[in-house]
Amino acid sequence: MSEKLKLDNRSTSIVKDAASHMAEVVVGEEMLINMGPQHPSTHGVLNKVLKTDGEIISEVFPQIGYLHRGLEKIAEKLNYHQFMPYTDRIDYLAAMNCNLAYAMAIEKLAAIEVPKRAEYIRVIMAELNRIATHLVFMGTMGLETGAWTPIVYGFREREEILDLFEMTCGQRLTYNYMRIGGVSDDLPNGFVDKARKFCDVLEKKLVEYNNLLSYNQIFIDRMAKVGVLPADLAVDYGVTGPALRGSGVKWDLRKNEPYSVYPELEFDIPVGKGELGKVGDAWDRYMVRMREIEQSIRIVRQALDKLPAGDVRAKVGRIFKPAQGEVYVRAENPRGELGFYVVSDGSANPYRLKIRTGSFNNLSAVPPISKGMMISDFVITLGSFDVVLPEIDR
Amino acid sequence: MTANVIFEKLRARFGEGIEFQDNSLLPFIKVRPDSIRKVADILRNNPDLGFDSLMCLTAVDNPANFTIVYFLFSMKHQHKVTLKVETPKDNPNVPTVEKIWSAANWFEREVYDLFGVKFDGHSNLVRIMLPDDWEGYPLRKDYQYPATYRGLPL
Amino acid sequence: MSLIENRFNKNLIVTSADYFINWGRANSLWPVSFGLACCAIEMMATGMARYDIARFGAEAFRPSPRQADLMIVAGTITHKMASRVKLIYEQMSEPKYVMAMGSCACSGGPFVKHSYAVLKGADLVIPVDVYIPGCPPRPEALLEGLMKLQKLIRQKSIAKK
Repeated sequence: MSEKLKLDNRSTSIVKDAASHMAEVVVGEEMLINMGPQHPSTHGVLNKVLKTDGEIISEVFPQIGYLHRGLEKIAEKLNYHQFMPYTDRIDYLAAMNCNLAYAMAIEKLAAIEVPKRAEYIRVIMAELNRIATHLVFMGTMGLETGAWTPIVYGFREREEILDLFEMTCGQRLTYNYMRIGGVSDDLPNGFVDKARKFCDVLEKKLVEYNNLLSYNQIFIDRMAKVGVLPADLAVDYGVTGPALRGSGVKWDLRKNEPYSVYPELEFDIPVGKGELGKVGDAWDRYMVRMREIEQSIRIVRQALDKLPAGDVRAKVGRIFKPAQGEVYVRAENPRGELGFYVVSDGSANPYRLKIRTGSFNNLSAVPPISKGMMISDFVITLGSFDVVLPEIDR
Repeated sequence: MTANVIFEKLRARFGEGIEFQDNSLLPFIKVRPDSIRKVADILRNNPDLGFDSLMCLTAVDNPANFTIVYFLFSMKHQHKVTLKVETPKDNPNVPTVEKIWSAANWFEREVYDLFGVKFDGHSNLVRIMLPDDWEGYPLRKDYQYPATYRGLPL
Repeated sequence: MSLIENRFNKNLIVTSADYFINWGRANSLWPVSFGLACCAIEMMATGMARYDIARFGAEAFRPSPRQADLMIVAGTITHKMASRVKLIYEQMSEPKYVMAMGSCACSGGPFVKHSYAVLKGADLVIPVDVYIPGCPPRPEALLEGLMKLQKLIRQKSIAKK
């Protein structure tokens, strides 16, 4: 009896540094556990093989490719316009951003000038989509830590953004709105007012979300000091986007390699400062995204104010043949750098199209930082990278 | 630093065996397969060059050969450079740069999976996207789609 | 195999029992939370506040296939994933129903012609009851698919398959 009591006391005294503490106490037999591809806490179909000793992970082997659809091969078989709908399906949570990056790559390859109004519309759409995907992230991060409410709230606000997209292009998820040389249609009547109103509403709601989730003590206890990603490791693994900024690196392609009309708009780049734990922990990565929503609201408001009149689409032939050559164009997506490497051999189809995505590299940095972690913390770590599987597998 | 200046610096350190092509959209430096690891080492560790990030690594199936393309970037100096390595079609083989940039590990596995290019010295060169028992390398231009996979029509 | 098949004489009348059991089954479908690709986001949206799948009794998304009786195949099935989809289906307890949500699950969708890795429809590996086309289908379409499935369940009998 007394011995049992002692054990119980010990187990309750282990609070935060359980991983290192328990590793000393118990050394058992290592076993391999399959986590996925169908698992309650996965972001889609990702299989992680965990080598564990009890609750402690000693190694992680991510198995990807369960959603490999061969987009790069499909691109070679279609002409440049026809591939646009497939870019929606690279990262379906931020389809507008993928459209934008692809359109930019082909425009650079074929030297197409885009009208100013189209550029502004593109930025408005891309930033609204960034807000939408970060709202989903807030919800799933809540789910990962055991909170059900945030996802309902996140989706509620996201639906408002989808309404805006739907009145513009008729789709809720896979928009195919941007075209090579502009966008498919002009903004509908009432869009600008509705978008402004949405920005006002969301700004108030963000305060509410931060009170509800971000600064919730239970949430902070689960997130702070968990899954720390040092800056040099992040750069070595090619981690980009909010995950890199969470590690304290001020790096954003919208500022560092400006494209579209971002140089004309004012915004800040939030970075992780380790306010509540260490720099580069899960809470930092989470908070960078929440602060990015604020900045995106700023960008949308400015772009709506500055929206010039004019055409929304340059004249581009249905089938056009860019001159021989190759480009590598990258854009800042909600999940990191989305790069398109396009090789043209002078025909109507791309000779080779490589899609470099943020999630692919971000996921590759998860195994080295997961050693010695508990399984429950691993779920948090993986969740805080906000990977989307079709972006990894393509 | 522009690609031109980087090339001059590299040639001063490395000598002959590399060539520069000033393609207006994407200037690149062509490197022989046997010297890629040395070049990569200089690019990464020379403080003036400081290419600490491998943005992207991929391959192109050209009619004459496979071309491996490396997109490098320096966070510190904010400059970038593209490297190209050509390898013959009958026995595609390139030394790995996994030890120099960790990001190369998965990139090289992907190229191996989809193009069948082998990377010498890679720690875990197995298929990453497709199942292990898949036959052929789909991104090759001469790839024939199989009729079935495990009894299911393709 | 249905509940009382081959256990009694052929002249047993089960209409009221059928009505009662089907009423229960149709109005408390428990889907397995099984998202593959794009459509999974629309499936989640259907479960959230605006579309609220709870109005039709199917809001209890179960993480384990053993507790679920409805599988919404939401997204692209690749050849690598096909065997896993079948495994999850087989782990579900009877009676079980399958809805193929989206063009990819119905027939391969936009990847059907040129992709080497995508399976041309979920029905090649598991039996499908309701097909919902669209890329992705709207939440309203998913809800209509659910109602069609409920209609299908109401026509079943415990005496024969």
